[in-house]
Amino acid sequence: MTSLLLAQIALTLFVFFMLLNSAAVMVYVERKVAALLQQRLGPYLVGPKGMLQPLADVIKLMFKEELRPRAADALLFALAPIISASCAFAAFSVVPFGADTTLGGLLPEGLRLQVADVNVAILVVFAIASMSVYGIVLAGWSSNSKYSLLGGLRSSAQMISYELSYGLALAGVLVVGNSLSLTDIVNRQAGAWFGVVPKWFIIYQPVGFVIYLISGIAETNRAPFDFPEAEQELVAGYHTEYSSMSFAMFFLAEYINMVTVSAVATDLFLGGWHGPLLPESLGWIWFLLKVAAILFFYVWMRWTLPRYRYDQLMRFGWKVLLPLGVVNLLVTAAAVLYLGL
Amino acid sequence: MVFYLFAAVAVIASLLVIAQRNPIYSVLLLIASFGALSGLYVLLDAPFVAVIQIIVYAGAIMVLFLFVVMLLNAPHEDTDYDERAHPLMRPGARRFGAVLAAVLIVELVWALTRHGESGVFAGGSVSSVSAIGRLLFTDYAFPFEVTSVLILVAMVGAVVLARREH
Repeated sequence: MTSLLLAQIALTLFVFFMLLNSAAVMVYVERKVAALLQQRLGPYLVGPKGMLQPLADVIKLMFKEELRPRAADALLFALAPIISASCAFAAFSVVPFGADTTLGGLLPEGLRLQVADVNVAILVVFAIASMSVYGIVLAGWSSNSKYSLLGGLRSSAQMISYELSYGLALAGVLVVGNSLSLTDIVNRQAGAWFGVVPKWFIIYQPVGFVIYLISGIAETNRAPFDFPEAEQELVAGYHTEYSSMSFAMFFLAEYINMVTVSAVATDLFLGGWHGPLLPESLGWIWFLLKVAAILFFYVWMRWTLPRYRYDQLMRFGWKVLLPLGVVNLLVTAAAVLYLGL
Repeated sequence: MVFYLFAAVAVIASLLVIAQRNPIYSVLLLIASFGALSGLYVLLDAPFVAVIQIIVYAGAIMVLFLFVVMLLNAPHEDTDYDERAHPLMRPGARRFGAVLAAVLIVELVWALTRHGESGVFAGGSVSSVSAIGRLLFTDYAFPFEVTSVLILVAMVGAVVLARREH
């Protein structure tokens, strides 16, 4: 019992540590991939192939001066990056990333590779995503600067618009998976037809997957939907007035949110840790590979597509994505009810 | 123990909502109050209701509130105008408000003293999403539909008000 409790605590710390690391790795990958796409070299001076660049960036950020505009609301100005970062970490806590393991017989019973096994996990992810907008909105408002305020306003409008399609995409999966628990949904995707085609939900929900990916980009405020921080229009948007570690916390939150969105997409649509060739106990390798593929897709999108215009963003969200999501949900529900998938 | 923690946060945050002069802080305290309520739902073994409380109230509705407050950039409710000139400060309105407050207190006392009689939820555990859905679309189908019509009316009303000048 105690060993299981210790293992659970260790797992929690491990996930926390790996999320921090993933942000650093993503910074490096983002810069390298951007350089690749733009025929540049990217970071190459610090460490082998520039791999220690994120570390140098972190040290630089730590030693910078913390600035706060005189007219800013001190309490909320300090609170906003904390909300952003803690929401980013909290959302990952309900994401399962591997089958039960005993760590090679070290533990008396299987340990679930998930920080908190909640039976409404999908909704928890959704709820925390809807709370994370406060970090950005409050940062925009409390800075008492026009650019920040515009960034915050845009962010809240964008989040409200795309959260609906995001939720509808999730609803399609939970109708097919017949559960709100992410672990159950992943386990329903085990196996393959004819031993070749994996039974992933992306087969049932191709439209839902596309809607999820697009609204996921909007939810994480990344290009081509990076309006809250559009640098050509708003300097840096909601974090214009932030510096040093409080800026780093927004940065961290953005990358961790990307990882969470990709991990949830993997669990919902791509079969989680199920995959051919590898045994169940090494399923986490599949999980990492799938998450990495989606993350690469996000980075690729960012450096390939130009930013939308603001009215295009709103029109696309409300008049294309939302009706598509509703139709997708209706068709899915009808198919489950009458064909009994 | 945990109950008292959540209950204290909910009550104190709710009180501070109306004690604040800055509307942004009021909105945030209301969110804190909703969060504490959601914690109470978890303690009542209703995680579904708890999460829905966060998504709908704290996540969606309060974002709209915050959006409107920020868009209007409502300043602190400073008393730079004569408060007595406000229509709600006239004697008639104040007497009406006093009557309403008295009714509220009587209702609260009545509701709090008849404890124990509250009906037990018939559908077994509230944590089951399918149980909630089944009840909602069978026994409570009429209130459910009426609520949706009510929301539709509110939406139509908002559109009419917003487009009045055309």
